[in-house]
Amino acid sequence: MRATVQVTRRSDIADPQGAAVLRGLRDLGFSEVASVRIDKVITLVVETIDAERAKADIEDMCEQLLANPVMEDYEIRLLEEDGDTA
Amino acid sequence: MTVAVTVFPGSNCEHDVVFALEDLGVDAELVWHREKDLSGFSGVVLPGGFAHGDYLRTGAIARFSPIMTEVRRMAGEGAPVLGICNGFQILTEAGLLPGVLLANRDLRFICRKVHVRVESNTSILTRSARVGDVLEIPLNSYEGNYTLDPANPDGRVVLSYSDENGTVSEAANPNGSAGNIAGIAGRAGNVAGLMPHPERAIDTLLGSTDGRVLLKSFVASVSEFAAGRPADV
Repeated sequence: MRATVQVTRRSDIADPQGAAVLRGLRDLGFSEVASVRIDKVITLVVETIDAERAKADIEDMCEQLLANPVMEDYEIRLLEEDGDTA
Repeated sequence: MTVAVTVFPGSNCEHDVVFALEDLGVDAELVWHREKDLSGFSGVVLPGGFAHGDYLRTGAIARFSPIMTEVRRMAGEGAPVLGICNGFQILTEAGLLPGVLLANRDLRFICRKVHVRVESNTSILTRSARVGDVLEIPLNSYEGNYTLDPANPDGRVVLSYSDENGTVSEAANPNGSAGNIAGIAGRAGNVAGLMPHPERAIDTLLGSTDGRVLLKSFVASVSEFAAGRPADV
């Protein structure tokens, strides 16, 4: 089973990379861009077909390592082998 | 009485720390991160560098190195535990100090001397200094932007970025750290971390000796702990 974890900087914590990219896009003439945020996506392959257990395990992985709750939120998406959302 | 200086894959300031501690009269030994027994040591320094390549987040992987179980035990027993730069980042990831270190406000690696003001002298890092002392110490980091953890306000500020007169202002803030925080201690005072490198300011040949008072504080705490007295100062 494939899964992705999107790690997002918490909204109250500054994102200087996103701010720099926003400035760059505006300099290029994309004046309608209102905000840019740089996230991280981690793709996992978990050797199980038990979606519930996989999700619980990935939650644990996020809490223990993949995200730092002091500054980040995360969102887990489970995908079938062909890439569709389960 | 010996201090353990941890070595992770990617640590790069460990020899400087050993040199500085021995210069201050305490034995120091490099200890590989897979070591599971620190019972012969009276204190620990986690030096700077890029432990485990800083992959994922600074300190995120180092936190699970086997040696960290022992670092946690020693911290709990009151032994002096000091994190410098990357070592500070590891201690926050491990939850031994509150908060987190983010990329510098201007997304630039900073490599220059900065001034820090001593804000508290009740920690293993500052007990030999006086509140208000201004020290000139090199800063070498990309992720030095200290951010508070609202859920864990237990830390105490021990060093702030200031100008050479000790004025703490936004203009004297090199990296965007909340409240100009350069160094903190945990509530008990025996665990401390700072971003600047005191071990690089221990000799006039290096351009400053201002780091000595900080490491001297640490060594004094290690002596007390080794003599069976708790390190609460």
